Amino acid sequence: MYTFSSKLKTLAFVLMVVGALGIGYSFFTAPKSAEEVEAIINAEHAHGGHGEAAHEEAHDAVEVHAVHDEHAAHAEAAHEGHDTAAVAETEATADTVTAVAEVATEHASTTGHEESHAEAAVAHEGHDADAHAEHEAHKEHVEHVYHQLQNKPWAAVYVAALFFMLIALGALAFYAIQNAAQAGWSPVLFRVMEGISAYLIPGAIIVLILLVLGVAQVHHLFIWMDPEVVAKDHLIQGKTGFLNGPFFLFRAVVFMGGWILYRQIAVKNSLAQDNATDNSFYKKNFKASAAFLVFFIVTESISSWDWIMSVDPHWYSTLFGWYVFASFFVSGITVIAMVTLYLKSRGYLEYVNTSHIHDLAKFMFGISVFWTYLWFSQFMLMWYADIPEEVVYFKMRIENYNLPFFGMVAMNFVFPVLILVNTDFKRLSWIVVMAGIVILTGHYIDFFNMIMPATVGDQWFIGAGEIGAVLFFLGLFILVIFSALTKAPLLAKRNPLIEESKHFHY
Amino acid sequence: MSNKVLHILYNDDDILMDAVKKTRAAHHHIEEVFTPFPVHGLDKALGLAPTRLAICAFLYGLVGLSVATAMMYYIMIVDWPQDIGGKPSFTYIQNMPAFVPVMFEMTVFFGAHLMVITFYMRSKLWPFKQAENPDVRTTDDHFLMEVPVHGDEDKLVAFFQETGAVEVKVIEKH
Repeated sequence: MYTFSSKLKTLAFVLMVVGALGIGYSFFTAPKSAEEVEAIINAEHAHGGHGEAAHEEAHDAVEVHAVHDEHAAHAEAAHEGHDTAAVAETEATADTVTAVAEVATEHASTTGHEESHAEAAVAHEGHDADAHAEHEAHKEHVEHVYHQLQNKPWAAVYVAALFFMLIALGALAFYAIQNAAQAGWSPVLFRVMEGISAYLIPGAIIVLILLVLGVAQVHHLFIWMDPEVVAKDHLIQGKTGFLNGPFFLFRAVVFMGGWILYRQIAVKNSLAQDNATDNSFYKKNFKASAAFLVFFIVTESISSWDWIMSVDPHWYSTLFGWYVFASFFVSGITVIAMVTLYLKSRGYLEYVNTSHIHDLAKFMFGISVFWTYLWFSQFMLMWYADIPEEVVYFKMRIENYNLPFFGMVAMNFVFPVLILVNTDFKRLSWIVVMAGIVILTGHYIDFFNMIMPATVGDQWFIGAGEIGAVLFFLGLFILVIFSALTKAPLLAKRNPLIEESKHFHY
Repeated sequence: MSNKVLHILYNDDDILMDAVKKTRAAHHHIEEVFTPFPVHGLDKALGLAPTRLAICAFLYGLVGLSVATAMMYYIMIVDWPQDIGGKPSFTYIQNMPAFVPVMFEMTVFFGAHLMVITFYMRSKLWPFKQAENPDVRTTDDHFLMEVPVHGDEDKLVAFFQETGAVEVKVIEKH
């Protein structure tokens, strides 16, 4: 039996407390109103040398030029007119400063050249209308940024909650595959996988709560849940048959319920098999695993549309379900390997040898390549065809998330491929752990890249909220899985394949 | 200097493995072992050095990747950077996704083929090569171990008969 080391337990609690503080801080510092956002934006603009400074510069440029220019008179007139307009507007609203500054710059360049008075005048007349339009646009922009900043702490929590729940699900899927495939090498690891899958229950409940809060309009990560947005959006209107609150939550409950049901049945049978006199529980688990895998692949695909793809309700991708699956499946396998190595280093897994670790590392390697294959297939097909309605997804990411978007390819593909390609390396604990940390971080960034662009846009930042959420869920994850590991012996006793697994050598 | 060798025949791979271990323990040099199918763990028992074919394959793959990259860079970007359906041919990186399938295939192609050719060269296999069967039964159901004779021949024969051999022959080799 495994006893939860008090050090690890303390670590888990510390992570949860620190994480909760980070999450709390990010909620506390999120802007409460559009005015606050406006102040931030204006401060940024003034700081960046826009606003008044730019206005002054433009002013000087015009004056200097006016002295030696043959069209001095024209320029002067235009300049005067511009000044009054600018002053009036500045008085009228404080927030047009940017707009006016831009106008001034434009104006300066117009008069600065040896252009006719008429052209300058036309340009000047246009200013008023432009300024108004810009004023409207600015207001909309502030509103937009406000929503993004409000989403930020929620999105941080959502990404981390989803990521850790899916890790548990990935481990469960791996467990089901090992059962259904009657793998001879893995039964000594079954209890580890069962322990990791225990996080599915609290994890799914947390994600479900977040989804319910979304439907209840507490947060706005899913814009299709907002009736005001839908009212103005023909594309979303066409999808309301699928994307509507009640059906969405119904699906979530059925999917999560089905996964948890399998998890509970499989663990119960696995434990019952320990004290059985025949193999009936093993056979039951075999059948349950085969049925679960069918259910899983359908529900996993749909849930990835629901929980991840629907944050971008105007975009769709046919292989998205597979892509998400590969991402959390490799993370799940990596966590199995890391937990196994931890328990082994503490002397709890007598029969686990380097061949088992080697096999897990091969899976990490293979599924990392598989993930890359899907990532690239999704990206390249859209990049190549360049159809505007689907390519915006990647344009947004490449422009605003360049480092995370391409950085994760290095972390999830280049690094594991170069490190884990070597047979000897796959047997070294520290290599597997190091590769595992990089892979897990990479796949967190993968989920970050899937959720953030649609919810916080270019306002993303990996700060207190994001790191806090990861730490909180990491703490909870450690607490739940290692508590679950104390509940049952770490070696499945009467599994028909356990002897083979004990003596597995590769 | 006599060129005598012993041909010791076995009819079971487990017996062969035991015999190999005993022979190694008695410090007799094993010249060669002929088997009709791969015997798992035989190379370890014989103490053969691990193959470096995988390292070769990795390097050949890198060569393939370089060839593909250099080829497409020259053709598509340097030599005649046409606008083909709006694809950006200004720099290699801009149009890279379109080149990846070729880069991948060339990597695999070079890695696989050059490794196979290396294997043929290292194991001296080619179409009209003279087969080196010491005994035709070794391709069907017998296992043969070849040990050079040094010192007392009778003692050596007796030793190998102990190891479960079905047949021990002394052969004059040229």
